[in-house]
Amino acid sequence: MDIAAIVKQLNLETRSAKDRLKNMVTGGYTGDLLSDVMANSKAGDIWITRQIHQNIVAVATLKEHAGIILVNSCEPASDTLDRANQENVPIMVSKLSAFELTGKIYSMLAEKK
Amino acid sequence: MVSVEKILEKHDFDIEGGNFNKAGTVSTRIKSILKHRQLPDEIVRRSAIVCYEAEINIVSYAKKGVISLTVIPDKIIIEANDEGPGIPNIELAMQQGYSTANQQIREMGFGAGMGLYNIKTYSDVFDITSEVNKGTFLKMAINLI
Repeated sequence: MDIAAIVKQLNLETRSAKDRLKNMVTGGYTGDLLSDVMANSKAGDIWITRQIHQNIVAVATLKEHAGIILVNSCEPASDTLDRANQENVPIMVSKLSAFELTGKIYSMLAEKK
Repeated sequence: MVSVEKILEKHDFDIEGGNFNKAGTVSTRIKSILKHRQLPDEIVRRSAIVCYEAEINIVSYAKKGVISLTVIPDKIIIEANDEGPGIPNIELAMQQGYSTANQQIREMGFGAGMGLYNIKTYSDVFDITSEVNKGTFLKMAINLI
């Protein structure tokens, strides 16, 4: 499943790297503690968080995440967007809470398997 | 010490204390160097985690620091040397969940007390020395063989 499929089904708004929505999503990780995400997420994960500052781009780049989804309509900081476009990291925004969004994406991934 | 002829890669990177805007850039650079050497994904992944945590610690607590990457045929060595407050009780600092991070650092999602713990977990050799009001020195090795 690619990011575009998630964007479409869950009405996400894409804020950066719009040309990277073909990135394949192989799993997901939800968390706001960067060390936890560094240690436990995997390459190909979609990362669900409410952190908006530019360090999320560094984490997503280092971990080779498919993309980042910000929850509760949180908007990325402007320097976050600059960096995300530079590093080709797609950032999307969802109106849902982390709990709801995680559940929906988990189900979508489970159906595809 | 490592004899010079065995060194495949050696880089020093300056880290600015307190500059969270740049946090992670050195780790990203080191990761791309290791990827370029076509080292196994798992080795690159572990090195990136170790490097990132060391970098974040310098940015969060120290005035400045240097991270050095050395690659020799059988291992990757990452050293982090900072000028900062030092760690009074290393045993305590190593415990998962223990942190002296201030509110600002925690709000950004750092300071969860996982940094040193992650470094120890993902490196094969981990050595830490620290002197209060001077700084902290970390040496990590990740075996390639």
